[in-house]
Amino acid sequence: MGRQWGCDNQARGFTAGRVRAAEGGNVNEQSQKMEITVNGEKHQVTADPEQSLLTVLRDHLGLTGAKYGCGEAQCGACTVLLDGKAARSCVTPLSSVKARAVTTVEGLEKDGKLHPVQEAFLAEDAMQCGYCITGMIMTGVSLMNRNPKPTESEIRRTFEGNVCRCGSHPRILAALRRAAASGEAGEAAKEGAE
Amino acid sequence: MSEKQTPLRIDGYEEEIEAERYELREGPAYRFGVARRDLFRALGAGLLVVAVAPASDTRPAEAAAAPQQESGGGGGQRRGGAGRGAGGAPQEIAAWLHIGEDGTVTAYSGKVEVGQNARTSLAQAVAEELNVPLASVRMVLGDTDLTPYDAGTFGSRTTPAMAPQMRRAAVAARETLLDLAAEQMKVARGDLVAAEGKVVHAASQQARGYGELTRGQKLTKQIEGEVALTPPDRWTVAGKSAPKVNARDIVTGKHQYTSDIRRPGMLHGKVLRPAAYGATLVSLDASAAEKMPGVVVVRDGDFVGVAAPGSSHDANLALFALKAEWKAPTDAPAAKDLFPLLKQPTEGGRGQNDARGSVADGLASAAHKFERTYTVAYIAHAPLEPRAAVAEWGADGRLTVWTGTQRPFGVRGELAQAFSLPEEKVRVIVPDTGSGYGGKHTGEAAIEAARLAKAAGKPVKLVWTREEEFTWAYFRPAGVIEVTSGVAADGTITAWEFHNYNSGGSGLRPVYDIANQRCAFHPARSPLRQGSYRALASTANHFAREMQVDEMARAVKMDPLALRLKNLKDERMRAVLQAAADGFGWGKAKPAEGRGFGIAGGFEKGGYVANCVEVSVEPGSGNVRLRRVVTAFECGAIVNPEHLENQVEGAVIQAIGGALFEAIDFADGRIGNPYFSMYRLPRFSDVPPDMKTVLVDRKDLPSAGAGEAPMVALAPAIGAAIFDACGVRLRALPLAPKGVPKDAKA
Repeated sequence: MGRQWGCDNQARGFTAGRVRAAEGGNVNEQSQKMEITVNGEKHQVTADPEQSLLTVLRDHLGLTGAKYGCGEAQCGACTVLLDGKAARSCVTPLSSVKARAVTTVEGLEKDGKLHPVQEAFLAEDAMQCGYCITGMIMTGVSLMNRNPKPTESEIRRTFEGNVCRCGSHPRILAALRRAAASGEAGEAAKEGAE
Repeated sequence: MSEKQTPLRIDGYEEEIEAERYELREGPAYRFGVARRDLFRALGAGLLVVAVAPASDTRPAEAAAAPQQESGGGGGQRRGGAGRGAGGAPQEIAAWLHIGEDGTVTAYSGKVEVGQNARTSLAQAVAEELNVPLASVRMVLGDTDLTPYDAGTFGSRTTPAMAPQMRRAAVAARETLLDLAAEQMKVARGDLVAAEGKVVHAASQQARGYGELTRGQKLTKQIEGEVALTPPDRWTVAGKSAPKVNARDIVTGKHQYTSDIRRPGMLHGKVLRPAAYGATLVSLDASAAEKMPGVVVVRDGDFVGVAAPGSSHDANLALFALKAEWKAPTDAPAAKDLFPLLKQPTEGGRGQNDARGSVADGLASAAHKFERTYTVAYIAHAPLEPRAAVAEWGADGRLTVWTGTQRPFGVRGELAQAFSLPEEKVRVIVPDTGSGYGGKHTGEAAIEAARLAKAAGKPVKLVWTREEEFTWAYFRPAGVIEVTSGVAADGTITAWEFHNYNSGGSGLRPVYDIANQRCAFHPARSPLRQGSYRALASTANHFAREMQVDEMARAVKMDPLALRLKNLKDERMRAVLQAAADGFGWGKAKPAEGRGFGIAGGFEKGGYVANCVEVSVEPGSGNVRLRRVVTAFECGAIVNPEHLENQVEGAVIQAIGGALFEAIDFADGRIGNPYFSMYRLPRFSDVPPDMKTVLVDRKDLPSAGAGEAPMVALAPAIGAAIFDACGVRLRALPLAPKGVPKDAKA
């Protein structure tokens, strides 16, 4: 039997162990009821604990701001925050989320006000097709939570794992510089922590 | 429940795609299949303006000029066409524009938004001529039920061909509104001014909104003849930067790409892929998958797929539960055998062959002769949003598919053929898509999702994995290019013979004025499925040509810029070369040790580009890094400077990959590097710290497209700079995937 295509490296890893049980037709036995906190709201999810946080967010909760790009933590399109730190939701098993607070791009807006990093992307028109942008923004928020005034080389290093195939890099860098210069991203991080 | 039916006819699914997909030519004449009252039913009362254009304006120029290259498309009545005009020339409806009773302005075009910012630039065109704020224009794009027929978003045609149609419709609407206002206000038409969505009569201080003027009416206007458009030097909306019109939806995650769409009762689909290209299914045991709750397994010939409730993870579980046995061909070619294969002669291909003067005479008079071979690897588009589709069958047997494609009407045709449906029973809707770069001309995912949805009786979403996108889409063609040339001691290029095998005919002819030349394109049997790509063959042909020119300049000890200018009459080409050189300080300084400078230029689809670059070649590893790039670009009158700069920068950054390291590896009917962890894409560390873009605005020239041309000159500029840095002449794209080879001849 040939290798089955149509499934990611990573998804293959997730599913390999689940298939034996699934073959018996008892796929539902793998599903568990779990509670996760997303954007400050508690959600009851009945799902396979080994499935990726990305598919839970997108398919179970309808939060589609995090995107699928590669399934192997190589492109950053799926980036969300776990307790304020960037995480690749495509390789984050649901079971590992536990009580950690999940933040998606949908949760950045506060009282109709965008996060300073979002505002900076708008101000620089830092996008073409836009598919990578929510992942870029979440990576940027994470960076500024940790370090509100990152240097150029810190910015470049942090974003090495994020792919923009359209080549909007110069504008994305400009947006991040703008957000860093305004200092507002750090303020937003403090508020978020309170 | 497994379903066995008569084999599905999926035309275009297995078929080999043409080397130059944008040369597609559609049927000869069209009929307008939508009754105007139907349109009003859909749009509401108000004013409707329909812009009819000569068909050549709505099709790629290459296609109009080369009727013998007709391919694909096919006959049948195409909705949105208008039949033949009075002069006998085929005419088509290119766009329509509607002003509702509430003043809402909605413009409709069959073009799609894939990141090139067509939604913004077309809205600018409408806002300008109609005198309304940009924010008040709503653009409906790429919906086969709502927009006029369009061959597709490719060939850099949106700005030169579609934007003028939008303008014509908007001008006609404005003039009609002035007529209505004069009549309703009972004032002289000449005293009226249309501004900010209102018609104003200053003397009597009367003002009426556009919506108010159309209230209770169903007015239509069809425009066929010449319409005076605002010339670029009087533009007030276009010509200025406007941010992406739906940028806020992008940064908040609200925008729904195809892969984000959810429909009530929707299942998640997966397709079982063959173990190798050309493999046939020997046996399938789907019993385990069929026992999974709610899972639908479809087998239809060699098409096998599953649809599962819950999430794409659950669909994966069902897919993994399938036990399939495949028989794969044993003679599949490998990447290492590729180039001799491409040079094998084929029959019945549609080559190009141009000649003037005598190459033999030209070589005889040359002081230096060069016979060189260049190669170009297959590369992948790798759009960050892989192919995706959501398919839904209505109770009336009508099929609706949301999918990210550059050819909504083409995909509608594919679906109609696959399911033996008349085209009016199929609706294709293209949400603004996570990029394409010429890689999304086909409807594979749409057909697969529709097949699964048909069996399931429920809507199905299918999102290709990255591995599927790398394996089952198509590639930019690989190629072999042979160039024989001669140069006189004074730098005059005396002879030029150029043969491109397989990669395509775009940019085949030299930009230089050469008395003796012959250029030919030879199609080949490509071992991998290949198709269109941003700037397509032009990148390969520019690479070979400009590298050869650089080598000739070195041989006669001339500056490569000076040699180019000596052989070049085209003023636009000369101007961008000079602009790039000025921006770079070309000829003013020598590169530091281990660094090199390179220059190259060219034109494609109406855009002129030149690059000057500085690279470093690391001693030891041979790693090449791009340190500095200056790009000069000119595409006529600039529509949106910020977005143009973004396109140009993007094309340059994307071109870094194809120039230095991107290449598809294959053997045994499989792709060897179908993941981002194995296929290297340009990343932030590859973006040169010093990037400068010089935009040359020619308000006296019509606007050309800009999505493709800016990428063609980067690779040869880098190649020349590598030679300048370390004396190694590399003639294969990618140039240095593992650094400059140590054993390379200096």
